[in-house]
Amino acid sequence: MMRHLISAADLTRDDAVLILDTAEEMARVADRPIKKLPTLRGRTICNLFFEDSTRTRISFEAAEKRLSADVINFAAKGSSVSKGESLKDTAQTLEAMGVDAVVIRHGASGAPYRLATSGWIDAPVVNAGDGTHQHPTQALLDAFTMRRRLVGRDEGLGKDLNGRRITLVGDVLHSRVARSNVDLLHTLGAEVTLVAPPTLVPVGVETWPCEISYDLDSVLPKSDAVMMLRVQRERMNAAFFPTEREYSRRYGLDGDRMARMPEHAIVMHPGPMVRGMEITAEVADSDRCTVIEQVANGVSIRMAVLYLLLGGNDSAATAPSTTRTEESK
Amino acid sequence: MDAQQYSDDARPVLEAPDIARVLTRIAHEIVERAKGADDVVLLGIPTRGVYLARRLAEKLESITGTKIPVGSLDITMYRDDLRLKPARAIGRTEIPGDGIDGRLVVLVDDVLFSGRTIRAALDALGDIGRPRAVQLAVLVDRGHRELPIRADYVGKNLPTSLRETVKVQLSEEDGRDTVLLGTRTTS
Repeated sequence: MMRHLISAADLTRDDAVLILDTAEEMARVADRPIKKLPTLRGRTICNLFFEDSTRTRISFEAAEKRLSADVINFAAKGSSVSKGESLKDTAQTLEAMGVDAVVIRHGASGAPYRLATSGWIDAPVVNAGDGTHQHPTQALLDAFTMRRRLVGRDEGLGKDLNGRRITLVGDVLHSRVARSNVDLLHTLGAEVTLVAPPTLVPVGVETWPCEISYDLDSVLPKSDAVMMLRVQRERMNAAFFPTEREYSRRYGLDGDRMARMPEHAIVMHPGPMVRGMEITAEVADSDRCTVIEQVANGVSIRMAVLYLLLGGNDSAATAPSTTRTEESK
Repeated sequence: MDAQQYSDDARPVLEAPDIARVLTRIAHEIVERAKGADDVVLLGIPTRGVYLARRLAEKLESITGTKIPVGSLDITMYRDDLRLKPARAIGRTEIPGDGIDGRLVVLVDDVLFSGRTIRAALDALGDIGRPRAVQLAVLVDRGHRELPIRADYVGKNLPTSLRETVKVQLSEEDGRDTVLLGTRTTS
């Protein structure tokens, strides 16, 4: 395991499978009367959220508390950041307070990488979503959900997603979830297809390890899992498609389209869903839709990541391959 | 596990037939002390304790004629030395369907040494339920306890020095049944 979790692309197949297997054991804790493990007792984890988030922040907080860590929640709103404090000063403040790990969400792509490699802070950094760049724990929980549903809970242990056909549909341009998923699913051996209007496909996508299609109906019958991405209106400052109605007619998932998917195929969504836009209520409420499962699995995945980054000693985690430099010590 | 830690001149102290006889005796002792083993739940500590627990359950079933619940109890997350080593892979915890509340839980492990594993197992049990009583069965007790813990059922008491190593091999994991006593290689 490496020292930080910044990008899903940094994970090797073995790292990713280890995280998924560990999460499978963590999931069992949720079934027990006392949903708590003493493993990170006395460790302090700071959730540094510069951008709004409900499920990711709560999910990380639940994971940290189930591992008995002390949790400090930091939201940029109402903090000294709104008075103009820089990321560097915030980081050094946390370092001085003796924080053992930082979970960071930031609107700027690359902020977690900067935090991890700049030497401002000595603690492991977990990326909880940065700009339009990466959201590695989301990709991990998606892969975990796919492995559980498509391979099996116990049968899946130690296995990857080799040969599974995964389709990601929607606003790829603004989606860190799509980037992380493409990277991780490729590492795990799955075949990924992106389906989006041409205006919502990023420049340089031909270098990504995936296929591109503009026709949802032709891809659906060949998909083991279909992940619908939210149309991120808050990031849209131009007209990417004529009307919402046209978008949902061509790229939205409704009951008729779902019926064309293979019997075993599942519908996924990273949330929050915009019902009536990319997904209809009929699909969102069906048995094949794993949205709620993904939320539950998120806690297990984040427990696994925090355990693997923080559960052992530091010296062993500082492998020579890390990006940390001499002066950062 | 740590194969290179054991020198080549390790000598067997228990062979396959000995291990089978020892497990049979422990099974009889459990039935005797629990007066029939009606409420016994066997929990093995991964990795080899789980195989020993399964073998013990088979013997108990042939003695009593009733099905004995077997499970596994991973103690990794409860260890007191987690920060001394890199993060370890987690083993499987599988509690039998009826739970452990009000039952007689017999923990099963291969080697009893410092007692710290059992301390962790007792903590783990406390988060899962409230057994009527907890007992401990081990294949080998090699001494050198660091905590006030003792076994209720011991396969073999093996006085050792701290420079010696005790290695249990079981056919399910290692291809053969044996207990090896060797000297720690100083590398």
